[in-house]
Order: sequence, then structure tokens, then C-alpha cells
Amino acid sequence: MTIDMSQFLQTFYEESFEGLEVMETGLLDLDIGAADTEEINTIFRAAHSIKGGSGTFGLNEVASFTHLMETLLDELRDGRRDVSQPVVDLLLHSVDCLREMLTANQNEEALDEERINELKAQLDATLKGDDSAVTAEATETVQEAGEAVASGWHIVFKPHPHLFQTGNDPLRILRELEELGTLNVNADISALPPFTEINPEESYLAWTMELLGNVERATLDDVFAWVEDDCDLEITPLAGPEKPAAEAPSPAALKQEGKADEAISGELVVERRKTDRRGGDRRGGERRKSGSDGGSIRVAIEKVDAVINLVGELVITQSMLSTLGENFDMGQLQKLRDGLGQLERNTRELQEDVMRMRMLPISFVFNRFPRLVHDLSNQLGKQVQLEMSGESTEVDKTVTEKLTDPLVHLVRNSMDHGIEPSVEERLAAGKPEVGTVWLNAYHKGGNIVIEVKDDGRGINAEKVLNIAIERGLVTPDAQLTPEQIYDLIFQPGFSTAEQVSDVSGRGVGMDVVRKNIQSLGGSIEIASEPGKGSCFTVRLPLTLAILDGQTVSVGDQSYIVPLISIVESIQIKRGRFRHVAGKGETFKLREQYIPVVRLSRVFNVAGATTEDEDALLVVVEAEGKQVALLVDDLHGQQQVVIKSMEANYQRVDGISGATILGDGTVALILDITGMVQLAKGQTEQSPPTGGEPEAA
Amino acid sequence: MATILAVDDSASMRQMVAFTLKGAGYTVIEAADGKQALDLAKQNSVNLVVTDVNMPVMDGITLIRELRALPNYKFTPMLMLTTESAPEKKAEGKAAGATGWIVKPFNPEQLLATIKKVLG
Repeated sequence: MTIDMSQFLQTFYEESFEGLEVMETGLLDLDIGAADTEEINTIFRAAHSIKGGSGTFGLNEVASFTHLMETLLDELRDGRRDVSQPVVDLLLHSVDCLREMLTANQNEEALDEERINELKAQLDATLKGDDSAVTAEATETVQEAGEAVASGWHIVFKPHPHLFQTGNDPLRILRELEELGTLNVNADISALPPFTEINPEESYLAWTMELLGNVERATLDDVFAWVEDDCDLEITPLAGPEKPAAEAPSPAALKQEGKADEAISGELVVERRKTDRRGGDRRGGERRKSGSDGGSIRVAIEKVDAVINLVGELVITQSMLSTLGENFDMGQLQKLRDGLGQLERNTRELQEDVMRMRMLPISFVFNRFPRLVHDLSNQLGKQVQLEMSGESTEVDKTVTEKLTDPLVHLVRNSMDHGIEPSVEERLAAGKPEVGTVWLNAYHKGGNIVIEVKDDGRGINAEKVLNIAIERGLVTPDAQLTPEQIYDLIFQPGFSTAEQVSDVSGRGVGMDVVRKNIQSLGGSIEIASEPGKGSCFTVRLPLTLAILDGQTVSVGDQSYIVPLISIVESIQIKRGRFRHVAGKGETFKLREQYIPVVRLSRVFNVAGATTEDEDALLVVVEAEGKQVALLVDDLHGQQQVVIKSMEANYQRVDGISGATILGDGTVALILDITGMVQLAKGQTEQSPPTGGEPEAA
Repeated sequence: MATILAVDDSASMRQMVAFTLKGAGYTVIEAADGKQALDLAKQNSVNLVVTDVNMPVMDGITLIRELRALPNYKFTPMLMLTTESAPEKKAEGKAAGATGWIVKPFNPEQLLATIKKVLG
């Protein structure tokens, strides 16, 4: 029977990457010098599983590499080696390397042999540097045992009374021996007590056997391997065709026998492993053909159960409604309403629960940060600790995937620019020596909020402003509030690092962060107090598949405006609507001029309101800029399921997607960032005309 | 056909063991740690146990010890999946009442051969 092992590979990779996370987190949590045995055990277990799996699934490079790590961890676990910083660092590097090896294997790419060998050598050196480090690798050097192939064997097998209680059965052994050659068996029933005294749970029989055939000693040892401690066993080669005198085994002989067994069985194990490796290579070749990367997600059983439960209720509601429909009269109207209400409730709950299945705790993103902070502290020569909270806050899987990079950037930024460069500076400011970076996540009104906070210097508004002026981002005479100044950090090409460091400040920083977050439908804000620290607050929708939207109508068309980007909606008053020469249409709101975008004109909708008094303005914000959308009417707020435009039609400027409304019509979802750009283009391009704007 | 309890915290190993054994016609009950396995063994009648050694919550050796103490599992064959680097684990397992062991890494054919031998 052959079994295609590649079908288990995907699971193996997933659990191995999880195992690597466990190892990494565990290693970072280890207290140098006084490590908790249970923590080491957890790390060891993860390594052990990866090793076992990789050997079984034919990833032999991975197996042998992990083996070294495991041996080192085993020494740490047994207290044979102290947990020191160099050892922890070496293991962390090995975790990285292992991750690369697994990724390479998964993507069917070549391994970085040089790096692997280098780390292997380091691990080897570390292991050998300690006398106690007897690596299991030593077993590999067991020499070929002398081939003792006799024409047959004389076997005396006397199980101890408790043999059955190990789950072993002497008959199984006899059966196995029988398969090896011609077996003559003599049962010795001398130890059998009188019938009334027999304890059926004990073994009383012994056997003297002659096994004829070309059987290797090692094969015999294999047969008896499981019971050698539970029986008296004597195996001697048959000298010739004549029957040798049966000798009673002396304890000393038995002992020797046992030793020999050990040596031989050790060799056996190695042999078996070698053949496995060969087999593994072959499998590896087959695997390459069918390397498919199906994204998958782990869902807690209770979430699945909740969905199944709800589907059950939905079925009940459905059958109730269909019974009602079979012979409906107006007297049952109330019943119908109740039923529909129930249907709505079921549907909503089902939707929520199905969405929850895609939700992952944010810890999937946060987990990498202890390592990042650890490495970065070393690199920057700063002492920084990381404190995380709200790791169990759940967010859609797609969001977690796209969130990582921006957060990494923010944390790096806090460590690089936020935390003071020297301990003296911190002490002088009355702060503890060790700087702190906080990562905090929580849910707030349909959004997930993530804060990246530090207790560093805070943002130097003056410096930021000077640089912005220097770079021509603002005019020298601009009057800006501190918030507006902080916001300059997000401008493309802005970097406050006096010396561009390796860590951050490559000048491609914060503007990319904001762009990424906005592309997820989120926003980012800065709060900072000079000398006390800064806090970056990222707000993101919990899911990318559903959006909280405001339905607006223009003519006979409906559009969805993402609720998150709406600042306010106002009824228009004539006279506050200006058409500034060269600036397009603007609207004066609290002493600020906001560009107006007429949706009817943008989307060329006929039949839109011509009288501005009747129209409504929806003020929206994106990229820190506000625009007012001129619409005919506001309708309800509702959650809409986002359907991709690209997948169903093609990309349309100003539209981020579409959805189907309750009445079956399609409504387009506005891309607010696109609207802002559009307004910009409008102000630059529209011809300077005076007077009242032309209505569409 | 016999029912086999397969215990391993690694999903891929568990899947491989279960798939192999099911393919050979055995009924397979799966557990991710010793504690789960113990509960399942109490609820079901199991003819053979195949367990990993290193597992969270309850390790394989403790599981074997606990199972052996149950009247129904006094004579049930219990095999541990162990690595060659841990000979002392074999001794520990035997002391706890293990019937034998299968050395990792192993392939499905080896697993089946061993199981067939034990179940006869």
C-alpha cells in the first residue's frame, strides 16, 4: 500500500510555522540564568514535533537541522546547560533559519546551504563545547556489527509473569518468529500452577525454540525488542545440524547478552533511519509535482458549532414560513410578520457568526513584535521593553495580513525616533532606564483600534515644522495647530531622523503606513506630548468583506458612502456656496472652504436636483482632506457586502466596489480617497468661470 | 475491525497515522493530547493505542500509565511513537506499561506492519 504523503504537507507546514512562533515567543520570554523548565519544555516540544514531522514527510534537511536544536534544548531542559544569552540568540537564529528552510521547501525553492551549514556548525560547536553534550549523532558512528548469520538459532524464551500487563502477547512473538523460518517449539509448562491457583492475568509458560533459516541476529532482536526487559531470553546460534545442549542462562551471560542487544539495536535504528532518508528523498521528488498552496484558516470548534446551530434555527424558521405560505389568509398576517422578523434575526446572527469564523485574534500579528523589539533594542543600543494588551481582540484574517507591515513600521519608528537615544537622557527626564513601547488593541464601535505608544521624547513640533518648511511641504508663514504639524509626518518624503538609520527613516516611512491603512478603510492619528511620549492610533474596520455604509441617492441612483469617512451631513444654504475663480466650487463651513463634488456630474446622472436648497452635502474626509459630496437625499445606514468591481466588471475611478441593496438594485460604493483626488483635479483643471454654477 | 486510538499533538502526524490506519480498514479515534485521549478511551472501547510521547497537557507516558490503571485497558496493546534520540523514553514508557514503540520517523508501511503484528 502506498500513501501519498504530500496531502499532509500543508498541515505540516502550518503547524510547523505555528511551532516556530511558539519557539520564538518562548525563547524571548526565557529568563537568562533562571529559566522556567516548563517554558523550555514548551519550546522543546515544538522543536520535537517539527523534527518528527519533517523526518516523516521527507524533509530531511529540516529534520537533521532541528535535531541539533532539539539536542541543545534537551540539555537546557535537563539543566545540563545553563540558559545563557549566546545560546538563546543562537537558537533564535536557528528558528529564523528553520523558518526559511520550511518556506523554501514549501515554495520548492533551493535551500540556503551556506547559512544552514554555518548555523549547523555553530550548533555543533556549542554542543561539543560541553562535555555533557553527548549528541545522539554519536549513534550514527556505530560500526557495522559483525554479521552473525547462523544456519539457525536456539531460543529460550521465558516471559515474566507480568508480561500480559504490558499488552504484549507471547503468541504474537511466536507468530513473528514463524514467519522468519522453520520454527520448532517446545512449550515448558513446568511453572504452571494447579488449576485452582491459576491467575489468568499472569504468564506461566516458557518456550524453547529452534529457528532454522538464514536469519540475522538483529532481526531476532527486533522481534524481542519490546519484551526484552519482561522475560528471560537466551539466543544462541545453532552450531551445526546437531542440537546443542540446552544451557541454563547464567545471570552474567544474560547481562552480556543485554549489552550486545543494545549495541545491535542501536545500529538497527540507524540503519532504519538511513533507509527512511532514501525513501524520503524519493517522496520529496513526487511532492514537488503537486505543490499547491491553498490558503486555510483554523477555526475554533465552538465557532463552527455556533454556525451549525444557527443554520438549524434558520431551517426551522424557513419551514415555519413555508407552512404559513401554503394556506395563507390575512388573519395570519401577524404570524407572517413574526416569522419574517425571526428570519431577519437568524440571518443577521448567521452573518455575524460566519464573519466571526474568519476572525483571528490580533495576537497573530502581535506575536512577532517581542522578537522585533528584542532585535531592534540590540541593534539600536537602546533598552526597550514591549508591553502588549488586548491580544485576544479579534479581527478579520485579511486585515491581520495587511496590518503587519504598517505596525512593524510604527513600532520601529517609536523605538528609533521616540525612545531617547541614551539612558542619561531618560534618567535626566525622570524616566526609568528602560524605555517602553506599548501595543494595545481593542474593539470600538465596529472598528478595531490599535495603539502604538511609547514613553520617549514625544514629537518635536518645531523640528517637524522646520523640516516641512525646508522640504517645501508648507509655506513658512503657515499657521498650524500641533495636530496639523504632527500630520506632516505622513507627507511623502518626510523623515525627521537627522541621520538616516538602518532601522527607519529611509524617507519612505510614514506616508506608506498611512496609505496602507487607508487602503484597508482605516485611519491613523497621532497624539504626542513633548518629553512624555507619543501615541499612534490606528482604526480599522473589523472586516474587509462588509462595510458600514450610508446610502445616498442622486437622481434615480443609489450610492454607498463608507460611514467611517463621513464627517457630517448638512442641508445646503444658498449663499454659502461659492464658485471661486480657478478653485472650482467650494462651500464655506465654519470659516473653511471645502471643495464640492457634484456626484450627479461625476457619474453623469440625469434627473438630479437642480435647486441647491433642496440638496444635501455629505462632508467626507480622506488623506486628511475634506470634500463635500452634493447628493439629493440621505437614506438609511446599513451594512453592505462588498462585491469587487474588478472581478465583475472593471476598475472605475471613484468607485471602490458595488453592493446589492435589499430591493435587488445595485449600488456603487464610493471610493472617498478617489473623490478627494477628483476634487483636487477639479480645482486644478476647471476653467475660471464666474457666477452661479451650472446645474447638471 | 479493531478500533485504534491515535494520539498526537501534531495534526499532520495524526492525520497521517489516521489516514493510514483507516485505509487499512481500522476504525480510528483521534486525540490531540493525553487528556483528550484518556476521556475518549473511557467513552469508547479501544483495541489499540498509538500515542506520541511529547504532548502538552498530558504526555504519552502519563497517558499509558493512566490507561493501564483502568480495568478495561489492563491488557490493551499501547504503542508509543518515539524518536531514536530518546532511548531513556522507551524505558520510561515500558515502566509505565507500554507494549512497545514505533521509532520516528516511520512511513505508513512500517506503521501498518507493526500494527498488524500486534493486533494479529
